[in-house]
Amino acid sequence: MTLLEQTQTIREDTSASVGGMGSVGDYVALLKPRVMSLVIFTALVGMVLAPASQHPVLAAISLLCIAIGAGASGALNMWWDADIDRIMSRTRNRPIPAGKITPSEALAFGATLSGGSVLVLGLVANWVAAGLLAFTIFFYVVIYTMWLKRTTPQNIVIGGAAGALPPVVGWAAMSGTVSVESIALFMITFTWTPPHFWALALVKNGDYKDAGIPMMPVVAGETATRHQILLYSVILLPVGMAPYFLGYATLWYGVAAGLMGAAFLYYAARVWQHREGELARKAALSLFKFSLLYLAGLFAWLLGENVVAGVL
Amino acid sequence: MASKTDTTEHTLSADQQKKRRGRSIALAVALAALVAIFYAVTIIKLGPGVMDRPL
Repeated sequence: MTLLEQTQTIREDTSASVGGMGSVGDYVALLKPRVMSLVIFTALVGMVLAPASQHPVLAAISLLCIAIGAGASGALNMWWDADIDRIMSRTRNRPIPAGKITPSEALAFGATLSGGSVLVLGLVANWVAAGLLAFTIFFYVVIYTMWLKRTTPQNIVIGGAAGALPPVVGWAAMSGTVSVESIALFMITFTWTPPHFWALALVKNGDYKDAGIPMMPVVAGETATRHQILLYSVILLPVGMAPYFLGYATLWYGVAAGLMGAAFLYYAARVWQHREGELARKAALSLFKFSLLYLAGLFAWLLGENVVAGVL
Repeated sequence: MASKTDTTEHTLSADQQKKRRGRSIALAVALAALVAIFYAVTIIKLGPGVMDRPL
C-alpha cells in the first residue's frame, strides 16, 4: 500500500467517525421499518375501532406521527445498544456497528423525531395521545433499552408494554380517551410478546449469551423458558378473544381468535415437548413464525370486520 | 490555518457527495411535507376563512 493509499484509508476511517457518511437508506434502517410497519398496523386498528370519528387527513397525520415516534425510539435504541449490536450476528449490520452512521448522529436523529412526532400529534389530535406516545418512547428507550434489557430476564415481559401501546395511542388519537377496550388491545400484544421473543431467543441463545444480555434462556435456562412460553400461551388464548367478550368484535372474531389461540398453544406445546437437537430448533422457529401470523391475523380480522360493518 | 487544513482533509469522495445529495433531498422533502401538514391542519381545524377577518 502506498503512502497516498494509506492516507486515504485513514481519512475514510476518520470521516466515518466524524459523520456525514450515512445514506438515506441507512437513516431509514435506523427507524426499524419492519417494527414500524407492525406499529402502523396495530395503531390503525386502534384508530378504526375507537368509537369516535376524525377528519381523515388529521387521522392520517396522527398515524404518521405514531409511526415516526415508534421509528424514533428504534433509532434511540440503536444508539444506546450499538456496543452489543456489534457482537450479535442478527444486528451487526445495523448502521451504527457497520460504521455508516455515528452514535451522535443517531441520537440527534432519534431525539428530533421523538420530540417532533409528539408535538405534532398533540397539535393535530390531542394531548392525551401525545402524552401516551411520549410515554411509549420513554418506556422503550429508558425503561426497556437502558435499564431492563441488560439487567433482568423479565426484560421482554415488561419492555413488551412499549410495543403493545400503539393501538392505545391510536384509540386515544381518535377519541381522546383510554378505555377498557383499548387496554384489551394492549393486553393482546403484551401477552403475545414473551412467547414470541423467547421462541426466537431459544434459537439465538448463543448470540444473547455472547452479548451478555440476560434473556430468559441465558439466565433461567431453556427448560424454564419453555415452561414460561407455555404459560403465556395459555393466558394468550382468552386474552386474544377479549374484544369479543367486551362486545366490540363479532362472534366470528371470537371463534377465529379461539382457533388461532389454540394453534398458538399447539406450537408452544411442541416447543415444550421437543427440548434438544434439530427438532427443538424447528419447533421454536415454527412458534416464532406462527406468532407473527397470529398477531397480524387477529388485528387484521378486527380491522376487516370493522371496515365491512362500516360499508354495510 | 486550522480551518484550511480541515477543508483539505474533508474533501468528499464521489460516494460521499452522492450520499450527501440524497440526504439533502430527503431533508427538503421532509420540510416540504411538514409545511403541507401544518397548512392542511390549519385549514381543517380553523376553516378556510382563517385569514378572512376584519383588522
